[in-house]
Amino acid sequence: MIGDGIVRASRNHAGFWAALAHRLSGLALICFIPLHFLALGLAIEGEAKLDTMLAWSDNPLVKISEWGLVVLLALHLGLGLRVLALEWLPWRDPRKGLIAIGAGGAVVVGLVFALNLAG
Amino acid sequence: MGDTITETLAVEVWRGRDEGQFETFEVPHRESQTVLDVVTWIQRNAEPALAYRFACRVGMCGSCAMTVNGRPRWTCRTHVSEVLDGGRLRIEPLANLPRIKDLVCDLTPFFEKWQTARGRFEPSATRHDPMVPVSTESPERRAADAGIECINCAVCYAACDVVRWNPDYVGPAALNRAWTLVNDERDGDRNGVLQAVSQAGGCHSCHTHASCLEHCPVGLNPTAGIAGLKRLTALAAFGGGD
Repeated sequence: MIGDGIVRASRNHAGFWAALAHRLSGLALICFIPLHFLALGLAIEGEAKLDTMLAWSDNPLVKISEWGLVVLLALHLGLGLRVLALEWLPWRDPRKGLIAIGAGGAVVVGLVFALNLAG
Repeated sequence: MGDTITETLAVEVWRGRDEGQFETFEVPHRESQTVLDVVTWIQRNAEPALAYRFACRVGMCGSCAMTVNGRPRWTCRTHVSEVLDGGRLRIEPLANLPRIKDLVCDLTPFFEKWQTARGRFEPSATRHDPMVPVSTESPERRAADAGIECINCAVCYAACDVVRWNPDYVGPAALNRAWTLVNDERDGDRNGVLQAVSQAGGCHSCHTHASCLEHCPVGLNPTAGIAGLKRLTALAAFGGGD
Protein backbone atom coordinates (compact mmCIF):
# COMPACT_ATOMS: atom_id res chain seq x y z
CA MET A 1 0.00 0.00 0.00
CA ILE A 2 1.28 3.48 -0.77
CA GLY A 3 2.93 5.13 2.21
CA ASP A 4 2.89 1.93 4.28
CA GLY A 5 6.09 0.01 4.94
CA ILE A 6 6.83 -2.09 8.01
CA VAL A 7 5.16 0.63 10.05
CA ARG A 8 2.77 3.46 9.26
CA ALA A 9 4.62 6.11 7.23
CA SER A 10 3.99 8.81 9.85
CA ARG A 11 5.79 6.64 12.44
CA ASN A 12 8.85 5.93 10.33
CA HIS A 13 11.30 8.24 12.09
CA ALA A 14 14.10 7.89 14.61
CA GLY A 15 12.05 8.95 17.65
CA PHE A 16 9.45 6.26 17.09
CA TRP A 17 12.02 3.53 16.46
CA ALA A 18 13.90 4.54 19.62
CA ALA A 19 10.69 4.37 21.67
CA LEU A 20 9.85 0.97 20.16
CA ALA A 21 13.34 -0.40 20.88
CA HIS A 22 13.11 0.92 24.44
CA ARG A 23 9.79 -0.83 25.02
CA LEU A 24 10.60 -4.11 23.30
CA SER A 25 13.92 -4.39 25.15
CA GLY A 26 12.02 -3.74 28.39
CA LEU A 27 9.51 -6.49 27.59
CA ALA A 28 12.33 -8.92 26.74
CA LEU A 29 14.01 -8.13 30.07
CA ILE A 30 10.74 -8.80 31.88
CA CYS A 31 10.73 -12.26 30.29
CA PHE A 32 14.22 -12.87 31.73
CA ILE A 33 13.40 -11.85 35.28
CA PRO A 34 11.60 -15.14 36.22
CA LEU A 35 14.73 -17.07 35.13
CA HIS A 36 16.86 -14.73 37.21
CA PHE A 37 14.70 -15.35 40.29
CA LEU A 38 14.79 -19.09 39.60
CA ALA A 39 18.60 -19.02 39.70
CA LEU A 40 18.54 -17.05 42.94
CA GLY A 41 16.01 -19.49 44.41
CA LEU A 42 18.26 -22.44 43.54
CA ALA A 43 21.11 -20.76 45.42
CA ILE A 44 18.93 -20.73 48.53
CA GLU A 45 17.96 -24.38 48.10
CA GLY A 46 21.50 -25.69 48.06
CA GLU A 47 24.92 -25.68 46.49
CA ALA A 48 24.41 -28.72 44.25
CA LYS A 49 21.38 -27.36 42.41
CA LEU A 50 23.05 -24.01 41.88
CA ASP A 51 26.22 -25.71 40.56
CA THR A 52 24.09 -27.69 38.11
CA MET A 53 22.49 -24.48 36.90
CA LEU A 54 25.87 -22.73 36.62
CA ALA A 55 27.27 -25.69 34.65
CA TRP A 56 24.29 -25.46 32.31
CA SER A 57 24.96 -21.76 31.88
CA ASP A 58 28.39 -22.58 30.39
CA ASN A 59 26.56 -23.91 27.33
CA PRO A 60 27.55 -21.74 24.32
CA LEU A 61 23.92 -21.07 23.44
CA VAL A 62 23.34 -19.77 26.95
CA LYS A 63 26.44 -17.59 26.63
CA ILE A 64 25.07 -16.12 23.42
CA SER A 65 21.75 -15.52 25.18
CA GLU A 66 23.63 -13.83 28.01
CA TRP A 67 25.27 -11.57 25.48
CA GLY A 68 21.85 -10.72 24.05
CA LEU A 69 20.60 -10.02 27.52
CA VAL A 70 23.47 -7.63 28.25
CA VAL A 71 22.86 -5.81 24.95
CA LEU A 72 19.13 -5.52 25.72
CA LEU A 73 19.89 -4.22 29.19
CA ALA A 74 22.36 -1.65 27.81
CA LEU A 75 19.87 -0.63 25.10
CA HIS A 76 17.07 -0.24 27.61
CA LEU A 77 19.30 1.74 29.95
CA GLY A 78 20.68 3.96 27.18
CA LEU A 79 17.30 4.74 25.63
CA GLY A 80 15.75 5.22 29.08
CA LEU A 81 18.43 7.78 29.94
CA ARG A 82 17.61 9.44 26.64
CA VAL A 83 13.97 9.88 27.72
CA LEU A 84 15.10 11.30 31.06
CA ALA A 85 17.44 13.71 29.26
CA LEU A 86 14.69 14.80 26.85
CA GLU A 87 12.24 15.39 29.66
CA TRP A 88 14.50 16.93 32.30
CA LEU A 89 17.25 18.80 30.49
CA PRO A 90 16.80 22.01 28.53
CA TRP A 91 17.17 21.06 24.86
CA ARG A 92 16.06 22.14 21.45
CA ASP A 93 16.72 19.35 19.00
CA PRO A 94 19.40 16.85 19.94
CA ARG A 95 17.05 13.88 19.80
CA LYS A 96 18.87 11.97 17.07
CA GLY A 97 22.18 12.55 18.82
CA LEU A 98 20.75 11.13 22.04
CA ILE A 99 19.36 8.12 20.19
CA ALA A 100 22.78 7.55 18.63
CA ILE A 101 24.44 7.78 22.06
CA GLY A 102 21.92 5.36 23.60
CA ALA A 103 22.06 2.79 20.81
CA GLY A 104 25.82 3.24 20.28
CA GLY A 105 26.42 2.72 24.01
CA ALA A 106 24.51 -0.57 23.81
CA VAL A 107 26.67 -1.71 20.87
CA VAL A 108 29.87 -0.83 22.76
CA VAL A 109 28.70 -2.71 25.87
CA GLY A 110 27.76 -5.68 23.67
CA LEU A 111 31.19 -5.71 22.01
CA VAL A 112 33.02 -5.45 25.33
CA PHE A 113 30.95 -8.31 26.75
CA ALA A 114 31.51 -10.44 23.61
CA LEU A 115 35.29 -9.80 23.75
CA ASN A 116 35.27 -10.70 27.43
CA LEU A 117 33.49 -13.97 26.64
CA ALA A 118 35.94 -14.74 23.84
CA GLY A 119 38.89 -13.91 26.07
CA MET B 1 1.97 26.17 -13.09
CA GLY B 2 4.97 25.29 -15.22
CA ASP B 3 5.34 22.95 -18.15
CA THR B 4 4.11 19.40 -18.07
CA ILE B 5 7.07 17.12 -17.23
CA THR B 6 5.42 13.73 -17.55
CA GLU B 7 2.09 12.85 -18.98
CA THR B 8 -0.01 12.13 -15.90
CA LEU B 9 0.01 11.22 -12.24
CA ALA B 10 -2.15 8.42 -10.85
CA VAL B 11 -3.78 10.00 -7.80
CA GLU B 12 -5.86 7.98 -5.35
CA VAL B 13 -8.27 10.17 -3.42
CA TRP B 14 -10.46 9.10 -0.50
CA ARG B 15 -14.17 9.47 -1.30
CA GLY B 16 -16.84 9.19 1.35
CA ARG B 17 -16.81 9.49 5.11
CA ASP B 18 -15.75 6.69 7.48
CA GLU B 19 -17.14 4.28 4.93
CA GLY B 20 -15.86 4.93 1.44
CA GLN B 21 -13.19 4.00 -1.05
CA PHE B 22 -10.26 5.41 -2.97
CA GLU B 23 -11.02 6.78 -6.41
CA THR B 24 -8.17 7.09 -8.89
CA PHE B 25 -7.77 10.16 -11.07
CA GLU B 26 -5.32 10.82 -13.88
CA VAL B 27 -3.90 14.29 -13.30
CA PRO B 28 -1.45 16.20 -15.54
CA HIS B 29 1.96 16.31 -13.87
CA ARG B 30 3.57 19.73 -13.95
CA GLU B 31 6.77 21.23 -12.69
CA SER B 32 6.63 22.76 -9.17
CA GLN B 33 3.16 21.30 -8.71
CA THR B 34 1.90 21.09 -5.12
CA VAL B 35 -0.40 18.43 -3.71
CA LEU B 36 -3.04 21.15 -3.27
CA ASP B 37 -2.67 21.97 -6.99
CA VAL B 38 -3.43 18.31 -7.72
CA VAL B 39 -6.54 18.24 -5.53
CA THR B 40 -7.75 21.53 -7.01
CA TRP B 41 -7.22 20.21 -10.56
CA ILE B 42 -9.34 17.16 -9.74
CA GLN B 43 -12.11 19.26 -8.23
CA ARG B 44 -12.18 21.68 -11.17
CA ASN B 45 -11.70 19.23 -14.02
CA ALA B 46 -12.73 15.74 -12.99
CA GLU B 47 -14.94 15.63 -9.91
CA PRO B 48 -16.74 18.87 -8.94
CA ALA B 49 -18.30 17.16 -5.90
CA LEU B 50 -14.89 16.49 -4.28
CA ALA B 51 -14.83 18.10 -0.83
CA TYR B 52 -11.57 19.55 0.47
CA ARG B 53 -10.53 22.58 2.46
CA PHE B 54 -8.01 25.34 1.78
CA ALA B 55 -7.76 29.11 2.11
CA CYS B 56 -4.46 30.98 1.84
CA ARG B 57 -2.43 28.58 -0.39
CA VAL B 58 0.81 29.98 1.05
CA GLY B 59 1.31 28.09 4.32
CA MET B 60 -0.23 30.60 6.70
CA CYS B 61 -3.78 29.50 7.45
CA GLY B 62 -3.27 25.81 8.26
CA SER B 63 -6.52 24.69 6.64
CA CYS B 64 -5.27 22.44 3.80
CA ALA B 65 -3.58 19.67 5.80
CA MET B 66 -4.23 16.13 4.53
CA THR B 67 -2.62 12.72 4.69
CA VAL B 68 -0.35 12.31 1.67
CA ASN B 69 1.11 8.86 1.06
CA GLY B 70 0.57 8.00 4.71
CA ARG B 71 2.03 11.15 6.30
CA PRO B 72 0.17 14.27 7.45
CA ARG B 73 1.32 17.31 5.48
CA TRP B 74 0.36 20.87 4.58
CA THR B 75 -0.60 20.30 0.98
CA CYS B 76 -0.15 23.87 -0.26
CA ARG B 77 3.59 23.77 0.50
CA THR B 78 4.23 20.13 -0.36
CA HIS B 79 5.62 19.62 -3.83
CA VAL B 80 4.39 16.51 -5.60
CA SER B 81 7.94 15.69 -6.66
CA GLU B 82 8.99 15.42 -2.98
CA VAL B 83 6.36 12.89 -1.98
CA LEU B 84 5.69 10.69 -5.02
CA ASP B 85 5.86 7.01 -4.15
CA GLY B 86 6.56 5.03 -7.30
CA GLY B 87 4.91 7.72 -9.39
CA ARG B 88 1.73 7.54 -7.33
CA LEU B 89 -0.04 9.75 -4.81
CA ARG B 90 -2.57 8.66 -2.22
CA ILE B 91 -4.48 11.49 -0.54
CA GLU B 92 -6.68 10.97 2.54
CA PRO B 93 -8.15 13.17 5.25
CA LEU B 94 -6.09 13.77 8.40
CA ALA B 95 -5.98 10.90 10.89
CA ASN B 96 -7.30 11.14 14.48
CA LEU B 97 -10.17 13.48 13.56
CA PRO B 98 -13.82 12.76 12.64
CA ARG B 99 -14.33 12.72 8.89
CA ILE B 100 -17.01 14.88 7.29
CA LYS B 101 -16.69 14.17 3.56
CA ASP B 102 -13.87 13.14 1.25
CA LEU B 103 -10.77 15.09 2.41
CA VAL B 104 -12.50 17.28 4.99
CA CYS B 105 -12.24 16.60 8.74
CA ASP B 106 -14.12 18.07 11.65
CA LEU B 107 -11.57 20.05 13.67
CA THR B 108 -13.93 20.64 16.62
CA PRO B 109 -12.20 18.13 18.97
CA PHE B 110 -8.83 19.63 18.08
CA PHE B 111 -9.88 23.13 19.14
CA GLU B 112 -11.93 21.96 22.12
CA LYS B 113 -8.75 20.41 23.48
CA TRP B 114 -7.02 23.81 23.26
CA GLN B 115 -9.69 24.98 25.71
CA THR B 116 -9.15 21.90 27.90
CA ALA B 117 -5.44 22.75 28.08
CA ARG B 118 -6.44 26.32 28.97
CA GLY B 119 -4.86 27.56 25.78
CA ARG B 120 -6.33 31.06 25.97
CA PHE B 121 -4.65 34.22 27.19
CA GLU B 122 -5.86 35.53 30.56
CA PRO B 123 -5.04 39.22 30.85
CA SER B 124 -3.28 40.42 33.98
CA ALA B 125 -3.98 44.09 33.26
CA THR B 126 -6.63 46.23 31.58
CA ARG B 127 -6.28 48.61 28.66
CA HIS B 128 -6.21 51.44 31.17
CA ASP B 129 -3.05 50.15 32.84
CA PRO B 130 0.36 51.22 31.56
CA MET B 131 2.02 48.96 28.97
CA VAL B 132 4.08 46.23 30.63
CA PRO B 133 7.63 46.15 29.29
CA VAL B 134 8.55 42.64 28.14
CA SER B 135 12.20 41.83 27.54
CA THR B 136 12.68 39.94 24.29
CA GLU B 137 15.89 38.51 25.75
CA SER B 138 14.45 36.74 28.81
CA PRO B 139 14.57 32.91 28.68
CA GLU B 140 10.79 32.75 29.21
CA ARG B 141 10.06 35.11 26.32
CA ARG B 142 12.47 33.20 24.06
CA ALA B 143 10.68 29.94 24.95
CA ALA B 144 7.31 31.52 24.20
CA ASP B 145 8.55 33.03 20.93
CA ALA B 146 9.80 29.61 19.81
CA GLY B 147 6.27 28.22 19.97
CA ILE B 148 3.92 31.01 18.94
CA GLU B 149 4.02 30.58 15.18
CA CYS B 150 1.65 27.60 15.24
CA ILE B 151 -0.79 27.77 12.29
CA ASN B 152 -3.31 25.33 13.84
CA CYS B 153 -3.06 22.91 10.93
CA ALA B 154 -3.50 19.79 13.14
CA VAL B 155 -0.66 17.97 11.38
CA CYS B 156 0.97 17.23 14.76
CA TYR B 157 -2.36 16.02 16.15
CA ALA B 158 -2.81 13.65 13.19
CA ALA B 159 0.77 12.35 13.52
CA CYS B 160 0.61 11.72 17.28
CA ASP B 161 0.45 8.10 18.45
CA VAL B 162 -0.87 9.07 21.90
CA VAL B 163 -3.79 10.98 20.35
CA ARG B 164 -4.56 7.80 18.40
CA TRP B 165 -4.43 5.64 21.55
CA ASN B 166 -5.97 7.96 24.13
CA PRO B 167 -9.03 10.01 23.16
CA ASP B 168 -8.57 12.22 26.25
CA TYR B 169 -5.05 13.33 25.31
CA VAL B 170 -5.17 17.01 24.40
CA GLY B 171 -2.40 16.68 21.84
CA PRO B 172 0.81 18.50 20.91
CA ALA B 173 -0.70 21.72 19.51
CA ALA B 174 -2.79 22.45 22.62
CA LEU B 175 0.17 21.73 24.89
CA ASN B 176 2.48 23.86 22.74
CA ARG B 177 -0.02 26.69 23.17
CA ALA B 178 -0.11 26.10 26.94
CA TRP B 179 3.71 26.20 27.00
CA THR B 180 3.74 29.62 25.31
CA LEU B 181 1.26 30.90 27.91
CA VAL B 182 3.17 29.70 30.99
CA ASN B 183 6.16 31.53 29.55
CA ASP B 184 4.19 34.71 28.88
CA GLU B 185 4.75 37.03 31.81
CA ARG B 186 1.65 39.03 30.86
CA ASP B 187 -0.64 36.03 31.41
CA GLY B 188 -2.60 36.36 34.64
CA ASP B 189 -3.20 32.68 35.40
CA ARG B 190 -0.08 30.68 34.64
CA ASN B 191 -0.71 28.32 37.56
CA GLY B 192 -4.15 27.67 36.07
CA VAL B 193 -2.45 26.54 32.85
CA LEU B 194 -0.17 24.20 34.81
CA GLN B 195 -3.16 22.75 36.64
CA ALA B 196 -5.03 22.25 33.36
CA VAL B 197 -2.14 20.43 31.67
CA SER B 198 -1.52 18.26 34.76
CA GLN B 199 -4.89 16.54 34.46
CA ALA B 200 -5.41 13.12 32.89
CA GLY B 201 -4.83 13.49 29.16
CA GLY B 202 -2.42 16.38 29.75
CA CYS B 203 1.33 16.72 29.26
CA HIS B 204 2.21 13.61 31.30
CA SER B 205 0.41 11.41 28.76
CA CYS B 206 3.06 12.24 26.14
CA HIS B 207 5.38 9.32 25.32
CA THR B 208 8.05 11.53 23.71
CA HIS B 209 7.94 9.81 20.31
CA ALA B 210 8.52 13.29 18.85
CA SER B 211 6.23 12.69 15.87
CA CYS B 212 4.93 16.26 16.34
CA LEU B 213 8.45 17.62 16.05
CA GLU B 214 9.09 15.37 13.05
CA HIS B 215 6.00 16.50 11.15
CA CYS B 216 5.39 20.14 12.15
CA PRO B 217 5.38 21.97 8.80
CA VAL B 218 6.54 25.26 10.29
CA GLY B 219 9.38 23.69 12.23
CA LEU B 220 8.05 24.13 15.76
CA ASN B 221 9.10 21.81 18.55
CA PRO B 222 6.02 20.82 20.58
CA THR B 223 7.97 17.92 22.12
CA ALA B 224 10.31 20.39 23.85
CA GLY B 225 7.37 22.46 25.08
CA ILE B 226 5.61 19.38 26.46
CA ALA B 227 8.84 18.35 28.22
CA GLY B 228 9.00 21.85 29.68
CA LEU B 229 5.44 21.52 30.98
CA LYS B 230 6.34 18.15 32.52
CA ARG B 231 9.26 19.77 34.33
CA LEU B 232 7.24 22.75 35.57
CA THR B 233 4.31 20.64 36.76
CA ALA B 234 6.64 18.17 38.49
CA LEU B 235 8.52 21.01 40.22
CA ALA B 236 5.19 22.57 41.24
CA ALA B 237 4.07 19.23 42.71
CA PHE B 238 7.23 19.15 44.83
CA GLY B 239 6.69 22.74 45.90
CA GLY B 240 9.32 24.20 43.60
CA GLY B 241 6.94 26.15 41.35
CA ASP B 242 5.71 29.67 41.89
